[in-house]
Amino acid sequence: MDNSRNGFHPATLIRDFDQGKTSRLSDGRILREWTLVAQEKEIEVAPGVTFPAWAYNGRVPGPTLRATEGERLRITLVNHSAHAHTIHFHGLHAAAVDGTAGVGLGLVQPGEQTVYEFDAEPYGLHLYHCHVTPLAHHIAKGLYGVFLIDPKEARPEADELVMVMNGFDTNFDRANELYAVNTIPFVYMSEPVKVTVGEPVRIYLVNVLEYDLVNSFHVHGNFFDWYPTGTSKKPVEHTDTVMLCQGQRGILEITFPREGRFMFHAHQSEFAELGWMGFFEAGPRKEPVT
Amino acid sequence: MTRHTSGRGGSRLKTWLLGLLPLAIVALAALGFAVLDGPGLTERNGPPAEELVVERTTLAAGSIELVVRNAGPDPVTLAQVAVNDAFADFRIGEPVIGRLGSTSVRITYPWVDGEAYEVALLTSTGGVVGHEIPVAVLTPDPSGFIGLMALLGTYVGVIPVAIGMLWLPWLRRVPPGWIRTLMALTIGLLAWLAIDAALEGMEVANEGAGALGGAGLVGIGAIAAYLVLSGVQAWMTGRPGQQGGHRLALLVAVGIGLHNLGEGLAIGSAYAVGALALGATLVVGFAIHNTTEGLAIVAPVSEERVSALRLSLLGLVAGGPAILGAWLGAATTQPALAALLLGLGVGAIAQVILQIAPSMRDGSGRLLHPLSITGILTGMLLMYATGLLT
Repeated sequence: MDNSRNGFHPATLIRDFDQGKTSRLSDGRILREWTLVAQEKEIEVAPGVTFPAWAYNGRVPGPTLRATEGERLRITLVNHSAHAHTIHFHGLHAAAVDGTAGVGLGLVQPGEQTVYEFDAEPYGLHLYHCHVTPLAHHIAKGLYGVFLIDPKEARPEADELVMVMNGFDTNFDRANELYAVNTIPFVYMSEPVKVTVGEPVRIYLVNVLEYDLVNSFHVHGNFFDWYPTGTSKKPVEHTDTVMLCQGQRGILEITFPREGRFMFHAHQSEFAELGWMGFFEAGPRKEPVT
Repeated sequence: MTRHTSGRGGSRLKTWLLGLLPLAIVALAALGFAVLDGPGLTERNGPPAEELVVERTTLAAGSIELVVRNAGPDPVTLAQVAVNDAFADFRIGEPVIGRLGSTSVRITYPWVDGEAYEVALLTSTGGVVGHEIPVAVLTPDPSGFIGLMALLGTYVGVIPVAIGMLWLPWLRRVPPGWIRTLMALTIGLLAWLAIDAALEGMEVANEGAGALGGAGLVGIGAIAAYLVLSGVQAWMTGRPGQQGGHRLALLVAVGIGLHNLGEGLAIGSAYAVGALALGATLVVGFAIHNTTEGLAIVAPVSEERVSALRLSLLGLVAGGPAILGAWLGAATTQPALAALLLGLGVGAIAQVILQIAPSMRDGSGRLLHPLSITGILTGMLLMYATGLLT
């Protein structure tokens, strides 16, 4: 499986946060800018299996856009594909920048571009995706990503991971043949996610899976604090399994007390065995250099 | 041959009237039955049975166009169209489709090359008629590939048959025993073609509206071709100056021609719906396959003088229809017509086989002897094996 040919690798994507380009506005607020290019791109989704994806910035999921509550955000969408696309952000914004056909900025036609501008609110874990009909198709092809708004008062220090639960309908029968977190099935089985014993781990978990009604996350040998949508700093549950429909997301906070390999996977066994499973490898605490 | 009534005009009229009487009564009864709205019968048991068949799918940039035929007993009203579980905008010629009527549905949909689609036609009663598009590709404009189809028909029909006919000089030098075996081989080749065309015809017919005849059309086509060719053969036999070999060669050429019409039709329609990649393998496969047909044409004239002009004409009669078939198949896919045409090929071949059969007889007059049986089986095997290439 040649991840370098895809131009992105789940092992690095999992800790890749895109802070964009910042500048100061006249009122002193921070303006944060990104450019997303929608394009057609063939990606290898399993050894020898290629999928004609539609991608933002050449990767699936698209870049993890990270901002802080209250900032001004400006996102330029350039459409280099043969179909009309948009970016529809979850969050608070004006109708005109909602990324929906026939409203405000509306569709971005092939070869055209548009600018979405709004404030970063509310804090929490959100997502963005294309909102052009046929909707299921535009999402399943890969036009989605994580939109993270940190609270003004930052969350405690942690080893932060992004996990986008997705799947691929490789024969276009509106049922997924492959399931994964971060696109490539089983990738974290062969390259486990390395974490450190005793060090807090924060997982930004987003479900974008198309065609299946629900998805889930389960971790072995451990429990986590669950913050649905990340809009509160108080966890609602201490559990080892959560269930999410499409568009649902939340923050997991977990600490590994013991060394070893611990599985994580969808607790729909079918999804797990079709790719959505991986390992955490909890390694020893690094000795402070004396 | 005189009839008793032939001399008397009044009596003749009476005969006619007596003949027409039952027909008149049937017409009156049908009219009365319709006016009285079928006395004694309940209108129907259960909801109307809706049966729609999609006869043609045309994919253009941003749109899918279907030609839908109503194959059921009741008129059907098309109300909505969904593509891949999502409702789509569409324009329709006439939403109410009468019995055996057809209409065109043009759906606005941004389909993507190479992907699969399922179109669901929702009728006014809430019934759903599904239509699958296994691989979406741009439907070529029929006017744009007249040349391409002619070339294709020439490659798979005319040229291979002509090459096969080049076996004639060799045929003239081999002993009579060989000729008998070659005739048996020809019968094997033809038998395989008949089986193939019959199966293909049934398959095509089942895709269409059953109310238009379905697989029965293959039978009608086969019997019609058989009878017409038998008549032509009898007429030719009665004409003076016709050599048996020439007659047989022409009949074989006509039979193979009708078969190639069906073959061209299959290639043309498969190409039009994108189910066929016009690769070199396919063309080479069909060409090798059809070369053996040329041998079948010249085998009957191996012992007779025959002009080059006549030979070329025979080649054209056998190979040319492939071009016609390819055009027809690419321009219109009406399954009932295709089934009928394929049926014609089956009947023509059956007739030709019966014509050739006597030439397999050996010195003692036996039809089935080890050499002829070997020849027939080899012929079928040869066709099967070369058919694998296509």
